[in-house]
Amino acid sequence: MNHDYEYTPGNAFTKWLDKRLPLIRFADENLLSFPTPRNLNYFWTFGFILTLCLVTQIITGIVLAMHYTPHVLMAFDSIEHIMRDVNYGWLIRYIHANGASMFFLAVFIHMFRGLYYGSYKEPREILWILGVVIFLLMIITAFMGYVLVWGQMSFWGATVITNLVGAIPLVGESILTLLLGGFSVDNPTLNRFFSLHYLLPFVIFGVVILHIWALHVTGNNNPTGISVKNTNDTISFHPYYTVKDLFAYVVFLLMFAYFIFYNPNILGHPDNYIEADAMVTPAHIVPEWYLLPFYAILRAVPDKLMGVLLMFGSIVVLFFLPWLDTMKVKSARYRPTYKIFYFTFLVTCLLLGYLGGQAPEGLYLFLSRVCTIYYFAFFLVVMPILSRYEKPSPMPIGISNSAINTDLGTDKNPALSINN
Amino acid sequence: MRLTQAIIILLTIVFFSNNQNLLASGDETFKNLKPNFSFEGPFGKFDRESLKRGYQVYSEVCSSCHGMKQLSFRNLSQPGGPEFSVNKVKEIASEYFILDGSDEYGDPIERSRVPSDRFQPPFDNKDAAKASNNGAYPPDLSLIVKARSDGANYIYSLLSGYEEPMPESMHIDESLSYNPWFSGSAIAMAQPLYDEMVEYDDGTIASISQMSYDVANFLAWAAEPTMEERKSLGLIVMGFLFIFLILMFFSVRRLFKDVH
Repeated sequence: MNHDYEYTPGNAFTKWLDKRLPLIRFADENLLSFPTPRNLNYFWTFGFILTLCLVTQIITGIVLAMHYTPHVLMAFDSIEHIMRDVNYGWLIRYIHANGASMFFLAVFIHMFRGLYYGSYKEPREILWILGVVIFLLMIITAFMGYVLVWGQMSFWGATVITNLVGAIPLVGESILTLLLGGFSVDNPTLNRFFSLHYLLPFVIFGVVILHIWALHVTGNNNPTGISVKNTNDTISFHPYYTVKDLFAYVVFLLMFAYFIFYNPNILGHPDNYIEADAMVTPAHIVPEWYLLPFYAILRAVPDKLMGVLLMFGSIVVLFFLPWLDTMKVKSARYRPTYKIFYFTFLVTCLLLGYLGGQAPEGLYLFLSRVCTIYYFAFFLVVMPILSRYEKPSPMPIGISNSAINTDLGTDKNPALSINN
Repeated sequence: MRLTQAIIILLTIVFFSNNQNLLASGDETFKNLKPNFSFEGPFGKFDRESLKRGYQVYSEVCSSCHGMKQLSFRNLSQPGGPEFSVNKVKEIASEYFILDGSDEYGDPIERSRVPSDRFQPPFDNKDAAKASNNGAYPPDLSLIVKARSDGANYIYSLLSGYEEPMPESMHIDESLSYNPWFSGSAIAMAQPLYDEMVEYDDGTIASISQMSYDVANFLAWAAEPTMEERKSLGLIVMGFLFIFLILMFFSVRRLFKDVH
């Protein structure tokens, strides 16, 4: 543990390089000796896992694009060509298809971690907002990728979702035509979705770099939510967190490999192995599992435009989180009331996911409405009220000082005032 | 706090009360039969003899209406499939014809199919297929097992399910057949298989359930000819990851021994 360590170039070449382009210094400061809180738990390994998810999707995606044909008459068959004739094509495609699911699984855990430990609070507002931007881009990218398969669910999912844009007053119809490249989902739609599906991951990559940059300005949050005060509170990123993250990644990969090799189609819908047919509508049109909670919110509202607004609103509200929850105590560990509402929210989201896959009628519809109301109430009602009235439980003075802070909740509290 | 608890309890009660009327589903289809296919499970492999018989049923019965456009004859000899000999596959392919290019006068040339050619489609186009089948389109079977939930069991149940007696209360169009495994129980495909309809080369008795089993096996392979390769590679990958996991576990333990 070299607390006061600073990079010093070892030989003549690195000295020469350091004066011109301090590449090694940059890598050292950001990847190796970067001071990281010593108490991070396994929920903090998902940033690393997500970076590798993105890299995996990009590499497999580039290879798939070498063999894929974005044309309505050939797209479906070209994927079967990849599955049957391209060497290890089935492996590349199953990694890419299941990789999208794994990516979303990891991002959901990553976001719920942020929500639990208050990682969006001052000074990490921009870090959080960049994360929400990445999430939004991921949803758009995944949706477009699913359309490329050109199966029944691809086609009808694209039809349903793009039609939502048409609900926007005045400009909706024009935007819809521009999005589709015509008046219905057809070859121009497939072509532009392919183009954008190739472009957006690189945009995501760019925002990820900003996300990591913002992280390295403020430093990591940690399970106590108490700010780092001195070098006793931190350890270097390498080897401690490189090794711990890698361990978590191997666990993640084991689950990933199970899906790829033993159950590659369980997360998809059988109808997507039927080629797209504009004349035959599937019995139930459902999106991929990771979009089901948003789909449930959309269908919970009887009015189309309101449904669309609420669905987008469910993500937009996340941008305002740092100003909706103004409680100084970050971690839910020391917020007993928030903790209850948090877990209720977690259950609500899971329930919304389940409801998104069911027909919107009877009890399912009623539950979707209850859950949708709670989803928004959690952010817009519960958070502001708790910020004002909740009494936090006793917390330690610092990360490596477990003595209880008696001066709780006042501005004199050193643990809380460090950022002020 | 009380309010949250009340909400959680209420939601749980509503959720688990599971009123059958509210969870509307009018489908009175049967649960799929499970003949326990050899390819199921992480170590599952296809039964080669059954795949060969399944191809025989497909080519003598199903192929008169259903195409398999994703398959080439060469697939029949590749590892992990029926594994017919290369010569046998040449012989099978040569029984079919294809229009391929044109001669010096611009007239189309007809030649025998070779292993690199696709299976012969039964109809020239979709409309011709519908015209010969009372307006119903017989779907392509290349991916049928992946395109139906619980695919192979469903195909087996459907094919062997025509003998089920129709409930007295039910009335269906004369051009349709009763089959409780089909969604809606009325299917446009007439009963395709009858006992001893096919004479198996290997002497197996061709009962309806035997033929259904064999053809379901064959279609499961056709939907994913690389399944055996996938599962065997999976075993190696999982083994590697498991060893890697153990190494990483002890690395983390040792590294964090002094960090508390």
